[in-house]
Amino acid sequence: MSSDAIDIHGLGKRYAIGATPIGRATLGESLTNWVAGPWRRFRDLARPGGRAAQFWALKDVTLKVAVGEVVGIIGPNGAGKSTLLKILSRITAPTEGYVDLNGRVSSLLEVGTGFHPDLTGRENIFLNGAILGMFRAEIVRKLDAIVAFAELEQFIDTPVKHYSSGMYVRLAFSVAAHLEPEILIIDEVLSVGDLHFRNKCLGRMQDLRSEGRTVLFVSHDLTSVRQLCSRAVMLQHGRIVDDGPPGEVTRRYERLYHDAEGNSSGAADRLHPPHSYHLRRVELRNARGDIASQFDAGEVMEIHLWSSGRAPENSYTVEFKLLNSDDEVISFGAANPVQATYYAADAQHFVCRLGPLPLTEGSYAFSFTVGVWNKERWDFWQRAVRFTIGRCDPFGTGHGISNVNDGDFVIPQEWLTGN
Amino acid sequence: MIDPPRRTLRLEAPRSWQTLNLAELWAYRELLFFFVWRDVKVRYKQTVLGALWAIIQPLATTFAFALLFGRLGGMARQVDGPYALHVFAGMLPWTFFANAVTLAANSLVGSGHLISKVYFPRLLVPLAAIASGLLDFAIAFAVLLVMMAVYGVAPSASMAAAPLFVAGTIVAAAGTGILFAALVVTFRDVRYILTFALQLWLFASPVLYPIDMIPARWRLVYAVNPMAGLVAGFRASVVGGAMPAGVILVSSASAAILLLAAVRYFVQVERRFADVI
Repeated sequence: MSSDAIDIHGLGKRYAIGATPIGRATLGESLTNWVAGPWRRFRDLARPGGRAAQFWALKDVTLKVAVGEVVGIIGPNGAGKSTLLKILSRITAPTEGYVDLNGRVSSLLEVGTGFHPDLTGRENIFLNGAILGMFRAEIVRKLDAIVAFAELEQFIDTPVKHYSSGMYVRLAFSVAAHLEPEILIIDEVLSVGDLHFRNKCLGRMQDLRSEGRTVLFVSHDLTSVRQLCSRAVMLQHGRIVDDGPPGEVTRRYERLYHDAEGNSSGAADRLHPPHSYHLRRVELRNARGDIASQFDAGEVMEIHLWSSGRAPENSYTVEFKLLNSDDEVISFGAANPVQATYYAADAQHFVCRLGPLPLTEGSYAFSFTVGVWNKERWDFWQRAVRFTIGRCDPFGTGHGISNVNDGDFVIPQEWLTGN
Repeated sequence: MIDPPRRTLRLEAPRSWQTLNLAELWAYRELLFFFVWRDVKVRYKQTVLGALWAIIQPLATTFAFALLFGRLGGMARQVDGPYALHVFAGMLPWTFFANAVTLAANSLVGSGHLISKVYFPRLLVPLAAIASGLLDFAIAFAVLLVMMAVYGVAPSASMAAAPLFVAGTIVAAAGTGILFAALVVTFRDVRYILTFALQLWLFASPVLYPIDMIPARWRLVYAVNPMAGLVAGFRASVVGGAMPAGVILVSSASAAILLLAAVRYFVQVERRFADVI
């Protein structure tokens, strides 16, 4: 029995990817699988690598958090931050290892969980408070303080569907701010609301810290990690790769992240492939055939992808998703069915000629999938490679168009007088 | 969470044999209350007719069936007393059961957002769906009393047994609802099967016909359907008639076993819900 507030030991979480999309199973399919299963298993045994891929979202995570520590968890997307958060919040169970939590725990994966638009602000305070684990008597006692913190005295008996998004978030955060846990597990809910309210929330977080409560804070926002935390932990590919004072860890993180983004080669190797058959390397090449990470709008790009060996089946496809700097998917392409190119099992090098690129100035990334269209996904390589568009001036105005204000792509256009 | 302070909570991989944590369920009783309160409040805010729905639904079905089976089918002659009253008294526990099961079955999928964001015993979700149907039942029960007054049927001392049959119906609805709630999370097509099954189930229960129409030697087999004894018992206790003791006993046992089995299955699969929903 240790004095640590949180004791994580050898924690791992495995997800199955591919085969059946999770949660879309039907009883009909399951019965078919049950009947066809033995044959399929036999076939899979006969050909290694043919099974649905498994993916460790977290692996061998061991971490002790002492009472009163405020620990920031950072890491790129897909590093396992949200999986860790979900396990600590008891939303999902780990596959291996354990976590001991010593003390009253509250976890906030978002604010306003369970808010119902048809209920009034007051009614939602009770509902949301109860969902977050408060007793009715406790909510009654804190009601005035919650309403005052949210600055919503006049609107508290109005259904929240009539609230502006700012009012909604204020009310939601206000309920959360009045929890009194010994251990608080919190997702980046701080980055909400206007500046005035955000400062109020930061103040509340600092209060928690000075009250000696233990906080585990998962964030993308390195500034708030530096401001609020007494310690930072970096996750990468489901493992802890760095642990120390927040200033040092965030600096190393920035360097690492920046290097990956700004590497001048435009090529990337897979460091931790999830499965034996996988995509292992990608290169972006320009029209001259040189590896590049910077292109201009209107240029043509060649994507070169290599896989690790023989594919489990014939007639499969390679697919890309194009992501913008906010990590939103903005475009898609695939060998089939977009173009009827079906790769053979022994193909190990795939090329896609892409362009002219209609993208605006900014940074972009590609994710790749390999598998049988609409049926199986053997590998999914998220944010495999990044590139930037250095110049976008398709209309020759001398002013570049950037994705900060003007969207991610430009459509050819012609302006006329209509009468 | 509502765990007592200074206690270690261990989170680890689910064991192969899960048990229901009754103490935890009790600790979360206020949340159950809030879920029910929300469901009732939202329903009455969103519908124009509000409480009237609780009356219209069983009344309209009763009217339709009384016309179809009573007048045209000649079923009225098989029943002592007014046929419409017979049907309505049966339709009451049946409507509660069917609505509760349907709501409960879809409740987990409908609360997917909640389940993927915050922890609480998942069993609360179908339980709340079932409990929120009780208000409708109470309103419809008042209508039944009015109807009895209109037909000049006086309640007897056996009315005191009615709450037992209501409790039995809650157990049967909870068992069926919890089972289907867990099944629908994993197999989305089960909800269509449920709609269909409930339609057939109505005819397998003594709602439209008296239980005497089932041959005596088959009656105990028939009673494996929990709603058989519960509907018959409820009707006998309220509008009068013979209590089929054997059928009631078998049906009650069947309802209890169903609930235990459903909770057992639910607890076994509940930790997968967030990964699947």
